[in-house]
Amino acid sequence: MSITIATSLDLKGLSCPLPIIKTAKAMKQLMPGQLLEAIATDPGSVSDFKAWAQSTGNPLVESTQEGGVYRFVLMKKETMQ
Amino acid sequence: MSNDVLILGGGVGGTIVANLVAKEVGDHARITVVDTTGVHVYQPGFLYVAVGQDDPEALKRDERSLLRREVKLVVDRATFVNTTTQKVVLTSGRAMRYDELLLATGSRTVLDEVPGGAGAHEFYTLEGAVRLHRALQEFQGGTIVIGVAGIPYKCPPAPVEFAFLLDDYLRARHIREDAQIKLLSPLNRAFTIEATSKVVQPILAERGIELTGFFNVESVDPFARTVASLEGETVEYDLLVLVPPHRGQKVIEDSALGDERGWVPVDKNTLKHTRFANIWAIGDATNIPISKSGSVAHYEASVAAAEIAATVKGEPEPSHLYDGKVTCFLETGQGQATTIQFDYDHPPVSPSPARRWHWAKALFNRAYWHTVPQGRL
Repeated sequence: MSITIATSLDLKGLSCPLPIIKTAKAMKQLMPGQLLEAIATDPGSVSDFKAWAQSTGNPLVESTQEGGVYRFVLMKKETMQ
Repeated sequence: MSNDVLILGGGVGGTIVANLVAKEVGDHARITVVDTTGVHVYQPGFLYVAVGQDDPEALKRDERSLLRREVKLVVDRATFVNTTTQKVVLTSGRAMRYDELLLATGSRTVLDEVPGGAGAHEFYTLEGAVRLHRALQEFQGGTIVIGVAGIPYKCPPAPVEFAFLLDDYLRARHIREDAQIKLLSPLNRAFTIEATSKVVQPILAERGIELTGFFNVESVDPFARTVASLEGETVEYDLLVLVPPHRGQKVIEDSALGDERGWVPVDKNTLKHTRFANIWAIGDATNIPISKSGSVAHYEASVAAAEIAATVKGEPEPSHLYDGKVTCFLETGQGQATTIQFDYDHPPVSPSPARRWHWAKALFNRAYWHTVPQGRL
């Protein structure tokens, strides 16, 4: 398993639900265990990413904020139906 | 001195701007609207057509009848905008010059972008709404699935409204017990706006409408009658209603005036193109991250009209800016509705559903023809 980021998404300026949809699309392309980084500015994305990760079973390994910019790191789950 | 003001699109936004600019500038400009059909269609009515509550013919008017006499109407399709020569090429081969150009070209639906989705039902075109109504008339029971196949789409509340009106429709036909209604939502709630979701979700539960969250439609298998999500889930259906993916018009894409989906980049307050000082865009056509709806086009139209009129007259640009105002009605069924109001600085609010909002929406739908296109409201 690699600990480097496989894909990084710039979702700045997008409002909900676009960040989630673009993330869901990008996650499909990843191999199990790979990491995706998403950078967003929509404050609603904090709860949306958390809920999406729980709902889909892809762990949210990082959720941080700095000056109105949110950074999320998701890991692709081991088995995706 | 006489300017040429050219308006592409005779929908709600283009029609209001044409009439307001004509009223304001008098002989200072020739104002022309180019529209592909010459027929003005009231799109908020499509939802009602789908459930048999409105007559498709009642949603159409001759665009000419809605324009002031001094505004010229050309029924033709714009195919290319040449920003160097300031000319717009039409399908007929004719080229029209402009000094000021308004892109009020709206959006188009592209259901065939969804693998397997081309045959799904939709109510985002008048033909689609009529076809859906016919399918509902033949429907005797089973699972009706409502899903969202692309963001952004016109009228964000529409899928939720459709679920409620469908519930009413099936109850009126006494087949509600034989039917399941499943609403697939892009997020983990019924509606992107949380305040509205809080109002709507308990009513969905009360009506027995099943909500599936984080289901972003990716593809359809019309033979197995299943719809699959980006999140990896699959849902079975007997009748599938999709909100189709939307894009900007082809003329925008072919003229490189928009982004990768054909949405025109504009300043969110002045509605002026980010790269051209004499081009504006309003309504669905823009890339502004707010609702694509008639109400937005309506509010934006007065701002664009004031700017175009000032430019024509050589006056300083007006201070009247678009503040992001959106007003929507949301039908919650059983004769009630709520509203959604917000702007760039104020978060959305939705009151508890009441009969008066349903009647307000019905009244607005009728009063539209005599007030909105003329710029009276």
